[in-house]
Amino acid sequence: MGAQSLTKFIATIAIAIFSVTTFASTGNTENPTQHDAHSGHNHNDHKSTEDHRSNSHAVASHGGEIDTKEEIQSYSEHHLADSHDFGLFSYGKKERHHVGFSLPVIVWTTKGLRIFSSSKFHYNDNGNTIVDANGVQLVKIHSKIYELDNAAKAVAFDAEHHPTNAYKVWDFSITKSVLGMIIAGLLMLLAFGSLAKSYKKGPIPTGSGRFLEPLVLFVRDEIARPNIGENKYKKFMPFLLTVFFFIWILNLLGLTPLGFNVTGNIAVTVCLALFTFVLVQINGNKDYWKHIFWMPGVPVPMKILLMPIEVLGMFTKPFSLLVRLFANITAGHAVVMGLIAVAYTARETLGVAGGFGVSFLLTLFISLIELLVAFLQAFIFTMLSSLFIGMAVEEHDHGHAHDAEVHGAEDNSVV
Amino acid sequence: MDIPNLVGAGLIVIGGGLGLGKIGGSAMEAIARQPEAAGKIQTAMIIIGALLEGLAFGALILGK
Repeated sequence: MGAQSLTKFIATIAIAIFSVTTFASTGNTENPTQHDAHSGHNHNDHKSTEDHRSNSHAVASHGGEIDTKEEIQSYSEHHLADSHDFGLFSYGKKERHHVGFSLPVIVWTTKGLRIFSSSKFHYNDNGNTIVDANGVQLVKIHSKIYELDNAAKAVAFDAEHHPTNAYKVWDFSITKSVLGMIIAGLLMLLAFGSLAKSYKKGPIPTGSGRFLEPLVLFVRDEIARPNIGENKYKKFMPFLLTVFFFIWILNLLGLTPLGFNVTGNIAVTVCLALFTFVLVQINGNKDYWKHIFWMPGVPVPMKILLMPIEVLGMFTKPFSLLVRLFANITAGHAVVMGLIAVAYTARETLGVAGGFGVSFLLTLFISLIELLVAFLQAFIFTMLSSLFIGMAVEEHDHGHAHDAEVHGAEDNSVV
Repeated sequence: MDIPNLVGAGLIVIGGGLGLGKIGGSAMEAIARQPEAAGKIQTAMIIIGALLEGLAFGALILGK
């Protein structure tokens, strides 16, 4: 059994387990304070119960109906955030049933490592349910896990709804976003593994690799070669390919109704931009550093002036990368969720069918645009990364507008 | 109904729209002048468009 059939096997088992456990394990919310009975929404799943933007505590049961503006807002916020369980949807008016499975929570508290299933929180998101994990009290507030003081019985909130007697723990849990990244990684392993294997039989790929080859060539010929240069691009091709397909697959995952929001998570984009940053700094050659700290070809006062600007530019370039990806994807998801919520707010004026129709059409068109955005953002991220790497490894030919002293001193760095 | 927030968001959208419109306009003119370079011009236009959008989105996120 080669590595590729092993990956296929793992993927099949994973999909089977996913399908079975999603519908087999249902959970109910504890402390169900009820709301008006309107038609339950079967689209996405439970939302956070506290919305501290409005002063009135719109305490609906977790995963309850959404009616008012605050509930719609908290529903949107909940779906933009990460969650510790994989819920598909919830239903039920008297008692809320959640369809989905709970992911493991892995935290490092002050007393050590604790691993348990997130179903112990009973879908509670406002700190009411206290889980006792081998002597440590843990609560979950707004999808973040806090450790409660030993003597405390309940969480005390201050004016801005932050807990005063609970502290954050190191959270290594398998959350929904982590699961999304694992899925994307498995998909990439499968697809590219089969492409690489098919090259053993001949130069023309067979099987599913056939539509991946033009994409790989696209990354090589349009992104890597023009920006990094003919003789250096091969070293960076793995990184560029990985980043391109990873971001593209994660963006597409976010468009599915499964409710992923991986690239819209600032932590993920920070990591990706950090990879680019580290690569650029490690591979910067002497010319690159000279251009940052002592720009050749300008008078000395300008050199002193340019240095902080260039150093700042060293950091702002990856920062703009991460902000661009994060903001585009998050804004897209927020717009889609707002349009879905139109179906509820337009219920009075247009009727149930009318509101649903309008929301459906608008969401459809926005989703088509989001498809383009998914590809475009992956392309732009990869292109700009390759641009920065190219600037770092570029060999300058000092034929133009440089000082004579610089020209003489840097002879050894010219190819 | 946060008026300063809305005014700021409107300004950001105006800035982004102006920039993108200028890029699109000059890209159209360039393609009209030289139709065989349409592919390259389109690629460059999309790249600059994404950069500008990144700026606009960044401002939106940082502002709200």
